[in-house]
Amino acid sequence: MVPRTPRRSIVALGAGGIALSLALAGCSAGGDSGSSDGTVSLTWLVDNGEATVVTAQALVDAFEADNPDISIEVQTRPQGADGDNLVKTRLATGEMDDLFSYNSGSLFQALSPDDTMVNLDDQGWVDKLDENFVKTVSTDNGVYGVPLGQSMAGAVLYNKDIYEQLGLEIPTTWDEFIANSEAIKQAGTAAPIVQTYGDTWTSQLFVLGDFNNVLAEDPNWADDYTNNKAKYVDQPAFAGFEHLQEAFEKGLFNEDFASATYNDGVSMVATGAGAQYPMLTFAASQLMTSNPDAADVVGTFPLPGPDADTNGLTVWMPGGVYIPKSTEGDKLEAAKKFLDFVATPASCDIQSESTAPQGPFVVEGCDLPEDVPAMISDMQPYFDEGKTNLALEFLSPIKGPALEQITVAVGSGITSAADGAAQYDEDVKKQAQQLGIEGW
Amino acid sequence: MRNTAWRWGGGIVAIALALFVFVVPFLFIVFTAGKTQAEASALQFTPPTQWVLFDNIVAVLQNRDYLLVTAFVNSTILTVGAVSIMVVLGAMVGYVLQRRKSRWNPLVNSLVLAGLIIPPAVVPTIWVLQGLELFKTLPGLIAVHVAFGLSFCILLFRAFVATIPRELDEAAIIDGAGPVKLFFRVIFPLLRSVIVTVIVVQAVFVFSDFTYALYFLPGDENATVQLTTFNFISQSVSSYNLLFADVLLITIPPLIMYIFFQRQIVAGMTSGAVKG
Amino acid sequence: MTTTTAPGRPATGTESTSPPSPGRRKPMKSPYPTWFFIPAGVFYVVLFLVPTVASFYFSLTRWTLFSVEFIGFDNFVRFFQEPQLVQGFINTFIYAFLTSGAKVVLGLLLGVFLSSQIIGRGFLRATIFFPVLVSTIGVGILFKVLMDPFGGPINESLAAIGIQGPGWLTDPSLALISVALVDIWKGVGLATLIYIAGMVAIPQEYFEASKVDGASAWSTFRHITLPLLRPATVTVVLLSLIGGLRSFDLIWSMTGGGPGFTSDVLASVIYKQYQAGFFGLSTAGNVVLFVVVAAIIFPLSWWLNRKGDES
Repeated sequence: MVPRTPRRSIVALGAGGIALSLALAGCSAGGDSGSSDGTVSLTWLVDNGEATVVTAQALVDAFEADNPDISIEVQTRPQGADGDNLVKTRLATGEMDDLFSYNSGSLFQALSPDDTMVNLDDQGWVDKLDENFVKTVSTDNGVYGVPLGQSMAGAVLYNKDIYEQLGLEIPTTWDEFIANSEAIKQAGTAAPIVQTYGDTWTSQLFVLGDFNNVLAEDPNWADDYTNNKAKYVDQPAFAGFEHLQEAFEKGLFNEDFASATYNDGVSMVATGAGAQYPMLTFAASQLMTSNPDAADVVGTFPLPGPDADTNGLTVWMPGGVYIPKSTEGDKLEAAKKFLDFVATPASCDIQSESTAPQGPFVVEGCDLPEDVPAMISDMQPYFDEGKTNLALEFLSPIKGPALEQITVAVGSGITSAADGAAQYDEDVKKQAQQLGIEGW
Repeated sequence: MRNTAWRWGGGIVAIALALFVFVVPFLFIVFTAGKTQAEASALQFTPPTQWVLFDNIVAVLQNRDYLLVTAFVNSTILTVGAVSIMVVLGAMVGYVLQRRKSRWNPLVNSLVLAGLIIPPAVVPTIWVLQGLELFKTLPGLIAVHVAFGLSFCILLFRAFVATIPRELDEAAIIDGAGPVKLFFRVIFPLLRSVIVTVIVVQAVFVFSDFTYALYFLPGDENATVQLTTFNFISQSVSSYNLLFADVLLITIPPLIMYIFFQRQIVAGMTSGAVKG
Repeated sequence: MTTTTAPGRPATGTESTSPPSPGRRKPMKSPYPTWFFIPAGVFYVVLFLVPTVASFYFSLTRWTLFSVEFIGFDNFVRFFQEPQLVQGFINTFIYAFLTSGAKVVLGLLLGVFLSSQIIGRGFLRATIFFPVLVSTIGVGILFKVLMDPFGGPINESLAAIGIQGPGWLTDPSLALISVALVDIWKGVGLATLIYIAGMVAIPQEYFEASKVDGASAWSTFRHITLPLLRPATVTVVLLSLIGGLRSFDLIWSMTGGGPGFTSDVLASVIYKQYQAGFFGLSTAGNVVLFVVVAAIIFPLSWWLNRKGDES
């Protein structure tokens, strides 16, 4: 017979009370910014990859030690499409941090840099950067970014022990690659080609990594593609889709290709369960995490095309650090000073100390340390001999968003190469129209 | 006789089934959270060869200057604030909507359903928040959650207010209670088990959300707990051990809260007779 | 804290004093004031309605966030030309009806079961609710591992009893169903909770009366429990159906709409457009999705509520 009413009203009142106090709190909470004691404080938005954050923080620490009047706080955002949209949203609403890191190339172009970022073409470091990189962070009206990190290749990671045991040579044409793969299949100990559709993005390498070969046949392909003249259904670009279908039909993939993940793929090549894995060389950091003892076992060679003479690497450029237009006055000066520092060899050293490098730097005077994994040192000769080409996303603003689903479908035998290429051309068309590019 | 058989037999069968369906997946989370990064990256359903659960939990807690602790504080304020506002406001609407047949009802009903169906429009919402100077503030995010959660609350309250007999209202009115007193003193307390249900459901929504927090309350110092999980997965290297240690850390406290709250629903069960 | 109120007698002391006399009520002032709508309405209109109406305008534009160009109904034309659209529609309906049907049935059974006197009731309630709390990212990774056709525990267990398990998430004809099963696993706890609340709202004396009449358990369930659980059922049906029609997050984290496009639903097609930065197009997609969902939900809601008023 305990009366219940009083207790209930307390519940009700409690809830109402909280609501009220929060509504009041709304009046006082606001943004605070700027300087109180002559120091300038900046924020820097980077993606939340462990490696990125560690590197960014190391750079900030070194910079702050030399510039006691500037403090920089590292802020993080998710990666992938969520991160892309976040960056766009915050730029479009004028709420970007004082500095931000983002991809170069087509993703950079989609940010409408002329309207949203500070032009840096008068800065001293511009001349010290690799020309190819400068192109990927520029529009007709300006240069907008400093490189952070290294360039990397989209290539075939392979297990050197398997190649040695079977007496195989590094293939320089597609036919040799298939012959090697058949030999590995015959030997029966390892999956000839590793595919990992548990992480769909990994399926794109056959197409994207083949671009060096596309340009070798048709140097104007990227421009023609941007101008709606070159298509994936036609050679030479069709080869990427064709190769994927061929490898599937010949049964060269690992048994669990449909469900395996990127981590599995790297481990397979490291342990010898798989022989060859088309992948980006940023896999070096995963390799050093999961199989550090295989640092000298996993090597790299370019995805081969029809012609041995033009065999070379397809290269991805590092992302950039940019300043949004919303950064002004003292903050802008401080931000420029920081970018100045990022483009120095001292900064490169800090970067390669804090995370495993994935390829050569694009800043003059920056060298990789001696002890990089074989995967990275194997790339150097191609760079030295100039046997490299940029990936398409750095030469054209158009990259269709559905490529990874299409390549999974082709690589799983759900869609034919011809249908897949046609679907991708449609996808590209949609993207080009969205970007408002002329001729579509 | 039959009751005892049911009580034990049914209970034991159900517990066995629950162990299988729900506890096995839970084990995977615990196992993975107890592994080293190298072992966890294989993502296999095996016990760790070497238990480092405690180290992982410490690592997760210390990550980014105890970001998780800040995130817990933020998420708690956010959840308590948003849920208490929407429960009170939602109950008010659901109650009038059920009790009074007015020409507004079809419109309000449609708006409630629309609120459940239409996904949020991110950028225009940011513009509105900027206009109100609430963007990048916790009250702003709370307000957004209230706006999007109201529909559900109203739907549930409208359905359950129907189970409270109108005679109670009539009696209270005759006793001289005004509309406000009638609602807060008579009706609201009677809705107790529904209120607890709504609190639990909405707290889950608000607590589990990450998209609103990501877009409407940027900045690490404003992080909510779900956002912290993003720190452990990335395209090039993932730390699944830390991810699942984090998942464990952010799942257990609400689970305990739930156990506490669901007792309140059971308590409501014995007082169900009140509504007769 | 137990209340021992006698069945059939109101516990609150206030109302027993004077019998209701309808004639005395003033027609002017309703005890159910419309202004109760206003506080909620302010939140709703300012932060939901205004942005939503604004976004409808953007469905008629090519919108990169940085520039807006009015293009009339081109986005809608483009949306209906999406190659995966027909499959997406079919998948959406399969997914929505499968998950909401299962949640209603299982939620009802579990809700009734967990309201009865069984041992371990608290434990069971907590266990069933636990998946609701685990973040979707965690659930996605978790079930990718459990459903792995090679060495995943589910297929290992099946192999132990001599069954060759399928590629749950990699077989194009099975992927969608597998995700739906996980969705049910994750969501049934909420449905159960609402049904438990519904059971609580049923006055005990109905069950006692039924017992006195000597009704069988089935008959009690059929004629007492089920009709009186109507508020809970209406809520669960509407919520899980809307949720199912709009759902993509679990699909996204488990299959990404794949393999290829085979498990794409409308909402994941739209989400992919949004991710790709096609903001105008994805807004147009959302308008289409809204119309489709509304065309199902509005009549259903009207019908459910009308039946509710009749009884």
